[in-house]
Order: sequence, then C-alpha cells, then structure tokens
Amino acid sequence: MNPGTQAVFEIVAREDYSDATFMLEVRHPLMARAARPGQFVIVMSHPEGERIPLTLADFEPAKGTITLVIQAVGKTTREMQQTCQVGTRLHALVGPMGVPSVIGKAKKVACVGGGLGVAPMYPQARAYKHAGAYVIGIVGFRSHDLVFWEDKFKSVCDELILCTNDGSKGIRGIVTDGLRICLEKNPDLAEVVAIGPPVMMKACAEATRARKIKTMVSVNPVMVDGTGMCGGCRVKVGDRVKFACVDGPDFDGHQVDFDDLMARLKRFAEQEKAAMQRFTESCRMKAPPEPEPLDLPDPFEEVRGG
Amino acid sequence: MAKKTIRTIPQERTPMPEHPAKERAQSFQEVACGYSLDNALREAERCLLCPDPKCIAGCPVNINIPEFIRRITVRDFRGAYDTIAETNLLPAICGRVCPQESQCEGVCTVGDTLEPVAIGRLERWVGDKALAEGWSSSPYVEPSGFRIGIVGSGPAGMACAADMAKAGCEVTVYEAFQEPGGVLKYGIPDFRLPNPVIDAEIENLRKLGVKFECNTLVGRLFTIEQMIDELGFHAVFIGTGAGYPSMMGIPGESLNGVLSANELLTRCNLMRARDFPKFDTPLPAGRRVAVIGSGNTAMDALRVSLRLGAEKVHCIYRRSRAESPARAEELHHAEEEGIEFHWLTNPLEILDDGKGNVRGMRCIRMKLGEPDSSGRPRPEPVPGSEFEFAADMVVYAIGTNANPIIGQTSKIGLNKRGYLQTTEDLETSLAGVFAGGDIVTGAATVIEAMGAGRKAARSMNKYLGICEKNSNAGTERVFGIPVDQHNYVRLRAA
Repeated sequence: MNPGTQAVFEIVAREDYSDATFMLEVRHPLMARAARPGQFVIVMSHPEGERIPLTLADFEPAKGTITLVIQAVGKTTREMQQTCQVGTRLHALVGPMGVPSVIGKAKKVACVGGGLGVAPMYPQARAYKHAGAYVIGIVGFRSHDLVFWEDKFKSVCDELILCTNDGSKGIRGIVTDGLRICLEKNPDLAEVVAIGPPVMMKACAEATRARKIKTMVSVNPVMVDGTGMCGGCRVKVGDRVKFACVDGPDFDGHQVDFDDLMARLKRFAEQEKAAMQRFTESCRMKAPPEPEPLDLPDPFEEVRGG
Repeated sequence: MAKKTIRTIPQERTPMPEHPAKERAQSFQEVACGYSLDNALREAERCLLCPDPKCIAGCPVNINIPEFIRRITVRDFRGAYDTIAETNLLPAICGRVCPQESQCEGVCTVGDTLEPVAIGRLERWVGDKALAEGWSSSPYVEPSGFRIGIVGSGPAGMACAADMAKAGCEVTVYEAFQEPGGVLKYGIPDFRLPNPVIDAEIENLRKLGVKFECNTLVGRLFTIEQMIDELGFHAVFIGTGAGYPSMMGIPGESLNGVLSANELLTRCNLMRARDFPKFDTPLPAGRRVAVIGSGNTAMDALRVSLRLGAEKVHCIYRRSRAESPARAEELHHAEEEGIEFHWLTNPLEILDDGKGNVRGMRCIRMKLGEPDSSGRPRPEPVPGSEFEFAADMVVYAIGTNANPIIGQTSKIGLNKRGYLQTTEDLETSLAGVFAGGDIVTGAATVIEAMGAGRKAARSMNKYLGICEKNSNAGTERVFGIPVDQHNYVRLRAA
C-alpha cells in the first residue's frame, strides 16, 4: 500500500446552508482515519491559491471522507464557493494538523459554537458524549433560515440551546447569552469549550472566569505552513508565545491574549480587501454585498476559517 | 605536460559574471550568471592537482575534487559530472549554496599563496552542464526488496533518498507542503537558487525511482511507528529540519509588521506572494525593513525585502562583520546591493505606532569582549548608546528551534533541547528509524544536511544488510555500483 497516492482530494458531496455558508465532503481515507476533534487542515483550491486553514467539521473513517464547512467572505473562500463542486478536486489538502482536543472526564460540558465555530464544535460535542459527559450544546446563528446541523447536534447533545440574533428560532440573542443561561441553570458545569470569532471566545472566557470553570478555546490566527515553520500563527498564552499550528489550536481561554490575537488577524486586511475587489471585478459580478454581519461583529472572522 | 606549479597557473581567480547590483536588486533573476566554458577551463587550470589534496577532506560529502577538475581541463565534462555524482547527486544546488570558503576552498593549497581555486563555481558549472545536456547517472541496480520511507523532502531527505534508491530500495519521500524541495524551495530565493534547478534535480531523483508524496504531514496523518508497523517500510529516515523560528522576547514582537524570515521567505518563494495578485498569498509590504541576524537566512530576507520594493533595508547584528555566519558571497552581494549593515548593534524594543503596527526599533551599540563558549568574542552592550530608527517591518532571522511534531506524536527519544537523539551512526531510539540534518543538529547548512542524509543511508544499508553485498563487489564506495557499470539514460532536463 502506498498511502497518499489514492488521495486526490476529490469533492464527493456539497451542500449549501446559506448564501455564504457551504459544506464540502472530501475523500481522503487516511485523514478520515487519523483525524481527531479539534484538528484542522490546510487547503489550497488551485495552484496559484493561498493556503487557508480550516478546522475539521467532521470525519467519517467508514466513508473515508472529511467534512469542511466554509463561509465565503474573502477572495479565496468566495472563489471556492464557485469552483468547488462535486467531482472537482482541491489542489492541496494537508492534515490533520494541530494537537487534538483533550476530551477529559468532565461530567457536564457546555460546547459553544458561534459563527464559523458551529460546525467544528460538532466533533467535540460528539467526543464528549462518547466519553460519557452530559453535553449542553450552545450554537448561534443570525436567523432561523441560516440554521444548519440542528439534528446532528441534537443527536450528540443532552440539551441544545439554539440562539438567533433576531429571535426567529430558539432564544433571542447571541451564544454568550445562551452560555449565561446555561451557567445560571447549571452550577455543576465543569467545562466549557468555545469555538468561534475571537470576540465571542473572549466573551465566553470572561463569562466563566469568575467561577474558574475550565474554558478551552480554539484559536484561528493567520498561518502559512501549519507545521510550526513560519511562526505567523503565534499567540500570547499567559506570559508565553505559542504557535497555534503545533502547540494548539486549543488553548486555555483564561490565558489567551485575545486583543493580541484580534490585532494580529488584521495583518493582511488591506491586501485581502484589494484581492476581493479585483476578484469581484474580474468575475463581472455586481458590487459585492457588504460582508454579512455575523453573529458577532468581527469583520476578520472569515479570514482564517474557523 | 609540465607539472603545474603555483607560479605557472593563472594567478587571478576567475571572477563570476554577475548581473549589476542596481539592475538585479529590482528582480528575482539569478545574481550569479555562472561561468562560461572559457571561464571554467581557465579556472580549472588553477588547480595544482595536489597528490595529497586537502579539499576532499574539506568537503562534507568528500567529492573527488582534483579529479573532477582534471577532467574539466581535458574537456571530459561528462567524466567530471560522473566524478561529482559518485558522492553528490545535486551539484547544481551545492555549487550555488555551499559555504565553500569554510569547506573545500578554505583548505585549498593554492589558497595558501593566492586566491583559492573556485571549486564551488566549477561544481556549479558542471552541474548546470549536466542539467542542460540531460545527463543523469541512473545506475542499473538490483532491486533489494526493501522499502524506505523518508520524512521531509529537503536536502537531507533528497540525499538519503538518492543513496537508498541507488542501493536498490523502493523509496517514498513524504513532504507536508504541496511541492517537494523543503528549504531549497520555501527558503532559498530564486535569485540564489532558481526553482527550475531544484525541479530538475528532483526530476533526476524521480528517474532513479524515488516517489514523492506531497501534502503528507507525517506524525499527524500517520506516525513514525505506523510507517514501520502498518505501512510496511523496512527503514525510515527523518529529515524534517529545525523549523520553529526563534524570537528574542523583547517588547513589541506581536506588533503587526514583525515576522520570521521563514514566513517572509515562504510567502515570497514557495507561495509566490511576490507575484500577488496573480498568486493569492499576500505579503506584508515593508518600506523600511529591519532584519535581525546575519546568517544566510538573514541575507536572503534582506535581499528579498529589497526586491519587494523596500526603500531602506537594515541588517541588525550584535557581533561584527567578521563573526557573521553568512556565506561570504551572500554578504558581499548584499553589501553591493545597498543593504545598510549595523554591526555590533542589538535590538532592545520594537516600537508601536499606537495602532498595533511597527514604527521603528530601539537598539543599543555593542562592543566585543572575551571569547564565549562558541569561541567568538562575546558582544557586550555599550552603556548609554541606545538609539532609535524608523522601520515598518521587522524580520527575525536569529535561528530556529526544533520542530515539535515528530516528538509529539512518537515515542522517539529527544534530547533536552527537543531535537532527535541519535547515535554516531544517526540511528534513533526506534529500531530501523534514522534521522539527520537540522532536526538532529539544529540549524546548519544544506550540504551538511546532505552529508547527514548520506551518512544515515550508509547506516540504513548496514542495518538492512545491503552494505555487505556491495562491499563484496570490491568497491570502495558503500553503495551504488562502480562507474564503469553505469547504465546511463539520457534525460530531458527542465
């Protein structure tokens, strides 16, 4: 057997959840077998493309596929929305990268997913469920028509708190409102896992800090190689500098310097805006709609997957 | 032919034709154009063909230097290539990137009296000639039946792969990036080592039967242990490099505009950010760039920054020019191109513009004191000599630490600095697993990594029992087969 030769990164399924959010299922049997919750991949959609990190949203060893959920906001992801159809191939797909999430023996866990963090939260919630925990899922969307994977979450969560900004489904509010309700109702909550835009993860970490509830977050900084070589993804955790790609991407939310993380996510804002401009012009599209406001206002959330 | 003496040979070292500094600082075309035939013939005449040559011992892979130069003088260029190829499959690369002044040329007998023979330039000329003519040594080898897995497609992995393929093994090289070459591709810029040269050398390895599997992160996709236990490899070589760039820990390092040389070079070279927006990878555009460090990586970062359009490029180094670890030619080229060097200068702080971006640096002057553990004079700060200057980009090129991925995912033994622990023969703590290059020694040169790859191949052959078979054939060399039995295949090179 020669591992890798069979992996041509063929897209075997696609589903669109909204104007901007779409799911790709890619065949990669070895990766489907090796992947663990919390890990990510790096994707290049074409030879001239950039390498973008995306957290794994699912992986099915039996099917030999991995699942990515992508939000099309920047140049690369919008282009992928157009070109990544069933039967086509990705130019490059490498992973699983990063240290897998530590699924501890906590009895009661809240899994909070906002924005792009909803999909990658699923394998973690599932892993906690399998480990015997009481799992409270908290997921947020802008509106009821953007909700996806509700059934998937229900199948692995003992409770699911669904939040929508406009109140059209579940509770009205953002995921931190959901977390607050959860914290009030569950004095025995042992652990919180939060994935989403940095502002959201920061708010989650602040909500649990007073009660000293262990809160793990999955950071998503700019990176190139994903193997510890470029150092672009360095984050301040406590008084130390860590590389998200090989030391993370999961870190203790009470230790992460989110302001630093958010500032560093803006590194290429100018170039990305310019690339987006050129892309829309070259596509002869009408002026692009302003990037949609996400669950929490963070214009750079899309920049590096979720 | 009369015996050559130091008096009869051409006295002056043949200069390397180069693109003028002003013109080349605008483009990524190769700086050194390479010798012409006449240049090569003249320079080859300068070799005294010493009966007791020191240069061979000065070469990490022990190329028979006087013999290949002699063959140039008699216009047996194919023979010159074969002589080099006996121990070095990648002459076009090594001729360009080896620090010859501290290796073969550093011990050249001619160099005692005159400038040493330009061995590196001659090696490059032979390597380029071979690529242009499509020469490649593709020896007929009896399949050994062994399968070898190699982790990392940089110089260590390439050298090990070449030797194991020549020993009749089925070799698969794994690379995490989307294309093979390792540091030669992502690190060394085109103006020093053009990508087509690397691709041609990789193509030569493919002709030897070596398979390259990209997009494969060993450790995470499958572990080293799984390579032996499940994937059926009889031996594994780890040459993953050092990676993991060091920072200094001074204030301001997380400001936007501060990045590692690895990031700058990878974006520019491998991801072709220099051709943004044709290629999608963005690159921070520095107008006033400060690079910290003065090794080869620093030289590359300095000269890349210049070519990306920076108005002012500063090199900050805490020791003096004499201690700079950069290859002499790179340092010389950087000076010619107008890089501003601040010797004996140490950064204290990177300054914030108030919006999270770099606006400058605060540094202090140093003076040289007593020799330290490395034998070089220890730089000491000069009190009261602090000063500031403007910069909008700061690049760290002060070395790297061990990449943690293999250690995180395997039971393999590490030393206390996180590098792989090996025996003298480059065997790791896992049976059948060998390692070499930066992941064992810490950051070093391309040729040292190649030397380690070949040394590991020797140990692998011994481990697999291939060595005995070949040494019975009565050849000095441990692998491959004698030159007279080579079955050459003409290749079309890129």
